[in-house]
Amino acid sequence: MTPQQKIYALFGGVFVVLAIATVVGRALAGRASEAQKETIQNLNDRIDAWWAMIAIFLASFLLGRTATLVLFALSSFYTLREFVSLTPTRPTDNLSLIGAFYVLLPLQYLLIGLDWYGLFSILVPVYGFLLVPILAALAGDVNDFLLRVARVQWALMLTVYAISHAPALTMLNIPGYEGQSFLLLFFLITVVQFSDVAQYVSGKLFGKRKIAPNVSPSKTVEGLVGGGAAATLLGAGLFWITPFSPLQAAGMAAAIVAMGFFGGLSLSAVKRSMGVKDWGRSVKGHGGVLDRLDSVCFSAPVFFHLTRYFFAA
Amino acid sequence: MIDLALIGLTRFLVGGHPVWRGLSQDVRPRLYFANHSSHLDTLLIWAALPDALRGVTHPVAAADYWGRGDLRSLIATRALDAVLIDRSGGKRDETLEPLREKLRAGRSLIIFPEGTRSDGLLPGPFKSGLYQLACDFPDVELAPVYLKNPSRAFPKGALLPVPISCEVHFGAPIARINGEDKAGFLERARSAVAGLS
Repeated sequence: MTPQQKIYALFGGVFVVLAIATVVGRALAGRASEAQKETIQNLNDRIDAWWAMIAIFLASFLLGRTATLVLFALSSFYTLREFVSLTPTRPTDNLSLIGAFYVLLPLQYLLIGLDWYGLFSILVPVYGFLLVPILAALAGDVNDFLLRVARVQWALMLTVYAISHAPALTMLNIPGYEGQSFLLLFFLITVVQFSDVAQYVSGKLFGKRKIAPNVSPSKTVEGLVGGGAAATLLGAGLFWITPFSPLQAAGMAAAIVAMGFFGGLSLSAVKRSMGVKDWGRSVKGHGGVLDRLDSVCFSAPVFFHLTRYFFAA
Repeated sequence: MIDLALIGLTRFLVGGHPVWRGLSQDVRPRLYFANHSSHLDTLLIWAALPDALRGVTHPVAAADYWGRGDLRSLIATRALDAVLIDRSGGKRDETLEPLREKLRAGRSLIIFPEGTRSDGLLPGPFKSGLYQLACDFPDVELAPVYLKNPSRAFPKGALLPVPISCEVHFGAPIARINGEDKAGFLERARSAVAGLS
């Protein structure tokens, strides 16, 4: 199969799965009792949103690398907007936020487009780290200075730096895998999103022992193990689109599952500390964009570096 | 065209999600009055209104800001269909005349009774224009609006607006009370806006 044919086969597979989910969801809605109505409605909202997300993802694949970079830059934009909106920033943070939104965010994605790995890997953690306090100091407000600066730095690391490692997979040069590295992006997103869904379902069915009840009451050992195993198997089954052997693909998927889980857990803690349940309401049924990408934030950099270290030239 | 682009840009940058808290979405003459802390405020309310309401609503804007500069006056007059008023002083009756004209024609207005942008989260004291108009037009509905977050997205003196989600809360209309004096009315109107925060 050519890489193009692989893409069609993969999206075809996703469409079939979603179509089945849609039919089942609609059937459940037809016979749901009053008490279950809300849950089923939320389920169907989620499935509808999945169609939209998959369509956007497919379009970006077909339109090429630039479109993919724009899509992820917009994802960073929306997640940064959600994060900053919920964070109690002050009017005097305007200048450092201008630096974050209008300078660092576009530059990070431009560097991927230019294949400038060196600067890509230090832009936010070094130059962004230094730029934010400079701008905040120039703005002249000393109230909670360190706290305010740290919040913007944290938001940038999470929503710009970490997320940008997903499309950065297209920068990797892997011998024998030339021109196909965008399939690694598909591998990452599919495993991480399937893992979220599988953990949710497995937790609902078998969940007993809560892992961190204060942080996220819905995360259970049974959910993690069941959903994680399913996602790892799926990853192994997708080895043919990657440069990995089946066993290596399973290992990579397991790493993605683990980091994705910790991403969801850590960001739950952030949300709880701010007294909210969701990051926003822009994706119907799911909450905000960051609610869908929290696991990507943590898994993308680790998957990127594992692949780069062990497989890239 | 310009208006659609402005609505699109506003939603992309700052959201401006409307929250209806006791105000109907029927088309009727109305005075929307809101807290004022940012140059985004006018755009936010205007973009949050449903099409049918937006079509009959004119923001009231200060001529010394929105009338100056080609881009600003283009936005104010062409897209927002704003009524520009002179706040440099002069007789109040003359200042309010263009507003009365719109209300007489059965249109709605968006006004910021603080007169200028404030720093705080809660609105400062209201000026008397709202009282005058409320007395002159007893049938016009008085709708309090609270704008959440624009002072963080585009504060006074800032270079550029940044993407922070804002919300537009539309509250239940306030009633007119027989025999209420000006100060009492203005304070009640102010606390209606503050109560939505």
